[in-house]
Amino acid sequence: MSDLVAYDERVANLDAAAVDNTAAVVRRIDPTVSDYVALLKPRVMSLVVFTGVVGMAVAPGNLHPVLAFVALLCIAIGAGASGAINMWYDADIDAEMARTQGRPIPQGRILPGEALGFGVGLAVASVAMMGLVVNVAAAGLLALTIGFYVFVYTMWLKRRTPQNIVIGGAAGAFPPMIGWAAVTGDVSLYSILMFAIIFMWTPPHFWALALFRCGDYARVGVPMLPVVAGPRETRRQILIYSVLLVPLVVAPWGLGYAGLLYGVGTILLGAGFLGLAWRVWRDQDDTGATRGTDKPAKQLFAYSILYLFLVFALMAAERWLGLVA
Amino acid sequence: MKPGSEEYRRRAQRNVALALTLGALVVLFFVVTIVKLKSGS
Repeated sequence: MSDLVAYDERVANLDAAAVDNTAAVVRRIDPTVSDYVALLKPRVMSLVVFTGVVGMAVAPGNLHPVLAFVALLCIAIGAGASGAINMWYDADIDAEMARTQGRPIPQGRILPGEALGFGVGLAVASVAMMGLVVNVAAAGLLALTIGFYVFVYTMWLKRRTPQNIVIGGAAGAFPPMIGWAAVTGDVSLYSILMFAIIFMWTPPHFWALALFRCGDYARVGVPMLPVVAGPRETRRQILIYSVLLVPLVVAPWGLGYAGLLYGVGTILLGAGFLGLAWRVWRDQDDTGATRGTDKPAKQLFAYSILYLFLVFALMAAERWLGLVA
Repeated sequence: MKPGSEEYRRRAQRNVALALTLGALVVLFFVVTIVKLKSGS
């Protein structure tokens, strides 16, 4: 808690410095348009938009293309707004980690208060537009997603528990449900399954990253699993979640929501996922540390992104090819 | 801030981006209104 108070004071001091015409000390470089784009975390946004598109594609019913575009725009802007608020809150630790040092706030190109205002403004605008143009259910889910990412993950869990990305992963799992709700106005078992797939995918994905970025997280005090429980336990948890994930991904086929293409495809993709998770488990010495350069963890991290992309691409492809009703 | 300076160029770039965003929103709201009116919702 004291860390958070200290950080709040630091942000307050930064804003005060700007007001006192000593902004040059804080704002080292004038921001460009691309700095504001970077605040929106465009790479995260692309996966969010993609899963949102699939949620809309597999939902029964039709949505006018213009309204579908607005729904996707709102999902994208909402995700970006969450990213901007996250960067405002995490500016102190972003400045200490190699992966995040180049972000606009640690670089002194955008002031923390500006990022907060930008993020809150976009969040309110995206939810309001979704509610007015598409429907209230999609707007409610979008508001829930933004609130969950900002308050539950960023402010509450991230610096307090190694379960941060397990529970916080729900925020990244909502977009296909929002896409589905934009078309149907409700939530169904299939949309909950899509949520569950991303929810279960998130821990092995991020823990694979954390295994080879462990030093960064330890230095800034973020209690990622490898920092708190060690690499051996992390490898074990990756394997457990992978074993739970693969059948869950195949489940839409078993329940009749998806066809043979999806079923066979996800079984093959799942075998690859399990194979890499097994290699991550095997890549350890007596202390649980990697035997080499964490190559299996890096491979699993990269493969997990491809895996999720292909799983959702298969769902959409079957619908567009008319292979499922 | 002088015309031609780096700071001037960046500010002009931000202003253009903001103008384009606002223009795009005007067009979007107009199209959405037409779609909503046609669908009767």
